[in-house]
Amino acid sequence: MRLYMAVAVGGFRRYATYRVATAAGVFANTVFGFIMAYTYIALWDERPRLGGYDQAEALTFVWLGQALLMTCAMMGGGFGEELVDRIRTGDVAIDLYRPVDLQLWWLAGDLGRAAFHLIGRGIAPMVLGGLVFELVLPADPLTWVAFLVSVALGVVVSFAVRYLLALSAFWLLDGTGVLQISMLTGLFFSGMLLPLTLFPGALGEVARALPWSSLLQIPADVFLGKHTGWGLIRAYAFQAGWAVLLLGAGRALQTVATRRVVVQGG
Amino acid sequence: MAVAVEVTGADSTGAGPGPGFIEVDAVEKVFSVRRRGASRLRREKHEVRAVDGISFRVARGEMVGYIGPNGAGKSTTIKMLTGILTPSGGRLRVAGIDPARERTRLSYRIGVVFGQRTTLWWDLPLRDSYRLVHRMYRIPDARYRENLARCVELLDLGELLDVPVRQLSLGQRMRGDIAAALLHDPDVLYLDEPTIGLDVVSKAEVREFLRDLNAERGTTVLLTTHDLTDIEQLCKRVMVIDHGRLMYDGELAGLHEVGRSERTLVVDLERAAAPIELEGVRVVKVEGPRQWLAFPASRSAAPIVTAVAAAYPLVDLSVREPDIEAVIAKMYAGRS
Amino acid sequence: MGSGATGPVGRVWQLRAGVRAYGLIVMMWIRSTMTYRASFAMTTFGNFAATAFDFVTILLMFAHTEALGGYSLPEIALLYGLAGTAFGLTDLLLGSVDRLGRRVRDGTLDTLLVRPVPVLAQVAADRFALRRLGRVFQGLLVLGYALVVLDVDWSPLKVLMLPLAVVSGAAIFAAVFVTGAAFQFVAQDAAEVQNGFTYGGSTLLQYPPTIFAKELVRGVTFVVPLAFVNWLPALYVLGREAPAGLPGWLAFLPPVVAVGCVGLAGLAWRVGLRSYRSTGS
Repeated sequence: MRLYMAVAVGGFRRYATYRVATAAGVFANTVFGFIMAYTYIALWDERPRLGGYDQAEALTFVWLGQALLMTCAMMGGGFGEELVDRIRTGDVAIDLYRPVDLQLWWLAGDLGRAAFHLIGRGIAPMVLGGLVFELVLPADPLTWVAFLVSVALGVVVSFAVRYLLALSAFWLLDGTGVLQISMLTGLFFSGMLLPLTLFPGALGEVARALPWSSLLQIPADVFLGKHTGWGLIRAYAFQAGWAVLLLGAGRALQTVATRRVVVQGG
Repeated sequence: MAVAVEVTGADSTGAGPGPGFIEVDAVEKVFSVRRRGASRLRREKHEVRAVDGISFRVARGEMVGYIGPNGAGKSTTIKMLTGILTPSGGRLRVAGIDPARERTRLSYRIGVVFGQRTTLWWDLPLRDSYRLVHRMYRIPDARYRENLARCVELLDLGELLDVPVRQLSLGQRMRGDIAAALLHDPDVLYLDEPTIGLDVVSKAEVREFLRDLNAERGTTVLLTTHDLTDIEQLCKRVMVIDHGRLMYDGELAGLHEVGRSERTLVVDLERAAAPIELEGVRVVKVEGPRQWLAFPASRSAAPIVTAVAAAYPLVDLSVREPDIEAVIAKMYAGRS
Repeated sequence: MGSGATGPVGRVWQLRAGVRAYGLIVMMWIRSTMTYRASFAMTTFGNFAATAFDFVTILLMFAHTEALGGYSLPEIALLYGLAGTAFGLTDLLLGSVDRLGRRVRDGTLDTLLVRPVPVLAQVAADRFALRRLGRVFQGLLVLGYALVVLDVDWSPLKVLMLPLAVVSGAAIFAAVFVTGAAFQFVAQDAAEVQNGFTYGGSTLLQYPPTIFAKELVRGVTFVVPLAFVNWLPALYVLGREAPAGLPGWLAFLPPVVAVGCVGLAGLAWRVGLRSYRSTGS
């Protein structure tokens, strides 16, 4: 446990050292936040209360999306590229012989990363957005806590998905294609491009049932006070359920992959 | 104690025997870096003299070792000589070309191998990387075929040409990189740690090739390394740089002298004995029947061996050369 | 003086050498990607789909409304198609220049500087990926859809405006890419700033200017002249007034603006490279 704690702290520190990169990222988040905010204003001007949100809630959704984009790694990233690289070069063989659990190792590092991104990349865009647009912030401190729990669950689900996809590099040798697909699905089905409540009919139902809704849609709804009481428990259960299921699948795949490690150029 | 810097090659006017093929006159490179100062927020500008007034000449066909601790200014010098960096002061010429001003023209005359940064194409067969060099440097076809054949033969690349680079071992890749740097017939070859990370056999192969290259083609070679054996086996002349200054320029043997470095004679006696007493020899360590005797690197080992053999029952012995770090460390100790 | 020297002759030589080297390196990358065919197929599709999701988002919006900022779906499709195609071309041709900072950090930029071809050509060709054609196709598809369903009173000038806008737009985006890369000589970790302008810019242009604040529209006209990529020419084609009270004749300026931007970007690149060579950082 102490080891994984250290790995998590390492993950945090590793990203914290890149100050310029963080500032640059906040800039990009803010630019996208502005663009999306204006498109949402145009849309909600036409259709107030669309998808169950009023305009202020919709704008809050936009900026929450920018704040959580990196934290929940909706575009992929984090450890994914590194693990794929290690698989491609065969370095992963070394990892497999170490007396640590591969999945927990990467999970710990990713949680550390997420914690940094929440602070470094999450707060500033939210504040900047709040200065220009009217946002809805929870008055009850408990809602903030509930939101953070939901974000944490979202990070674990996000990790589990990315881990599964990265492992596919064992079979494909070059994982860039997979990483790209994961970026797409992450962006679209998390609600990053448009809240999932706006997706029509069956598409909407499917999208809300997929794991990616844990990344933004659910945390945002918790933030906006749409899930309370039993509803909140149900939301958590949904996220935790996906987390367990996907982590288990990742573990199973890891076992299979371990058996067929091919060291490139060995 | 000050270390005399011996200037080898031509005098500073560039005339005389073996006109400077590489000419470096009072070259400086000053970086200004921002460091976090006393307060966490304010960053202070700091001037770092990475290369602080270096002068030397290298004649055509020479093979020179360029050594020094990390951060001493070695790679900054190489970067200025290859035209990557512009010097802050002084004058540089390589084959009569000012590297900073005519980087492109110079690139046809030089070959560069960065030990840890391969320029080969990871996913493609070795042959493809060479084809790119062929086209990029506009090497005439006949010339290219001839050079490739020679490199393939001498570096033993025949079997590897159609293998994707990602499947090559480190040593094979290094040989591949060296070949890539030579296909356009450069007059000067810069090697940055060419044997780093290689096994003993690969190291020997690389050295042998470089020796032949220098002897047969007259290619001027400047190499940086951490491995004293590289220098011993390849370079008559060595330059030592530290804190941006040239500390020594001359023969390797002389470097030993300057550093007052010691070689070690390891003797195995028939049985454990009291430390051997011999004039000019210092016992460094005793471990059962084995003893380590240090003596000045400039002295021949033969009389010592004879003296030991005459007085003690000798089973086996070996002589160890001083390693480069120790030599340089001694040199600094003597200077301050 | 050497062939790489400055002066008009040197420039022309450099340009030709650059284009030739660019072609050589691009071919190497294409062959490299072909060694992973499964991944290539997947990424090409992924690239197509990635951008398609952008348009799907707009379609989803129009599932709830008839107009956005006073623009119909076909009109927005025209804006989207022009910006998407132009951006896709730039992304295809030099989409990896934003990796420059990484090259500076890991020292691989130095290996490019000792070769006899212009560094910009090598950086532009870096990681060239045919899969990025996916984005271009997607842009063209939406553009095609717009042209089929739009009811435009076509004139020769309006027809000419479309290819002109795509080419000028690609050049303007290219200038933004290269300027961003030049900035990374100074700030190596600032790739995301560039993304804000490039990807952010192309997202911005997918929507009509009427939904944005006037200052923002002015900013992308006069400061970072993205408005010339598609807004101004497309609004002329649609017979609408130029946005934010700007004069209508601006619609004819994209080629001029593109040339100016490319010139400035070239200058920025030279300054950046020179600063790298003097600081080595």
